[in-house]
Amino acid sequence: MVKTDWTIYEEDYWAINSEIKELLNNSNSQSVLLIDKTGQMIASVGVEPDFDLMSFASLCAADFEANAQLAKLIGEKDFSTLYHQGSDESMYLAKVASHIILVVLFNKRTTLGLVRLRVKKTVEGLNTILPRLFDKLQYENEELKEFDEEFTDELNKEIDALFSD
Amino acid sequence: MSLINYSSREINCKIVYYGPGLCGKTTNIQWVYNKVAPETKGKLITLATEMDRTLFFDFLPLELGTVKGFKTRFHLYTVPGQVYYDASRKLILRGVDGIVFVADSQASRYDANIESLYNLHENLDEYKLKIEELPYVIQYNKRDMPDVIEVTDLQQELNPEGCPSLEAVAIKGVGVFDTLKLVAKGVLQKLTQN
Repeated sequence: MVKTDWTIYEEDYWAINSEIKELLNNSNSQSVLLIDKTGQMIASVGVEPDFDLMSFASLCAADFEANAQLAKLIGEKDFSTLYHQGSDESMYLAKVASHIILVVLFNKRTTLGLVRLRVKKTVEGLNTILPRLFDKLQYENEELKEFDEEFTDELNKEIDALFSD
Repeated sequence: MSLINYSSREINCKIVYYGPGLCGKTTNIQWVYNKVAPETKGKLITLATEMDRTLFFDFLPLELGTVKGFKTRFHLYTVPGQVYYDASRKLILRGVDGIVFVADSQASRYDANIESLYNLHENLDEYKLKIEELPYVIQYNKRDMPDVIEVTDLQQELNPEGCPSLEAVAIKGVGVFDTLKLVAKGVLQKLTQN
């Protein structure tokens, strides 16, 4: 199922964060990121990469989706993990809770085997946290009250300022 | 799909430029990239062929100032217009918050516009979305070309519902910001209504 809108509350964010932080430490990786399949960044830990994270997230989502289509062509539902090997830096991507992607950036300080092993455990952990979060969203809309008319007016002014010739 | 992150105090929204091949979707996004203040934009990603035709998508993140402690970001995407890239178009529409349909005003591209619009409806249907329920703007582009169709005729065929529309010459920047403003405000309006 594709979520049309979703919200991450503070407590859920920290639960997610502690899972991926544990993965970062246990796998000796450089950075761990959580991205949703529409290309939006959810959380990241570790060394802050010196590239544009938003663009990176959008390309990861596209990469994962293009590969899912390839999987379908060869008769698979999807590929649950992807691995991109570089001479120094590598990436390991794994599907979590149907529409989230876990991305691990690592170098020669660790091995693919260790990353793969630790990712498996983290995916299990996230697979219990994320569906709970999505269920909760169906009932909680309270905090959205802070997005009132005043908020929209302010943002509209920001839009006018950004797109002025 | 608007994503609200209460911890990092961020709101992210996705706007997709749709339309037939060579209608000016990439031109729109490139104009925006060249004209907005450097501190508000991220990297422009273009996945194009050697002939500069969009292969998968263009992507540009834009950041608004912080309001009530929240940083709002728009993610602009274009789809590849060529007919045979339908699988890519479908993927990019996933989680869309607002759509700009860039129509090519030239008489020779009349059928291509209709075909692309039909394709948009079909692909949205896959995500159980309807154009009427989304912030949606039609941009009649290339108004400076010699063989353009009258806007009233284009409206009749491409926009019988009377959705917001405007004329543009994207290559010169005419109507580019106005289009984006219109759809961005629609997206925020919908977000706060929700």
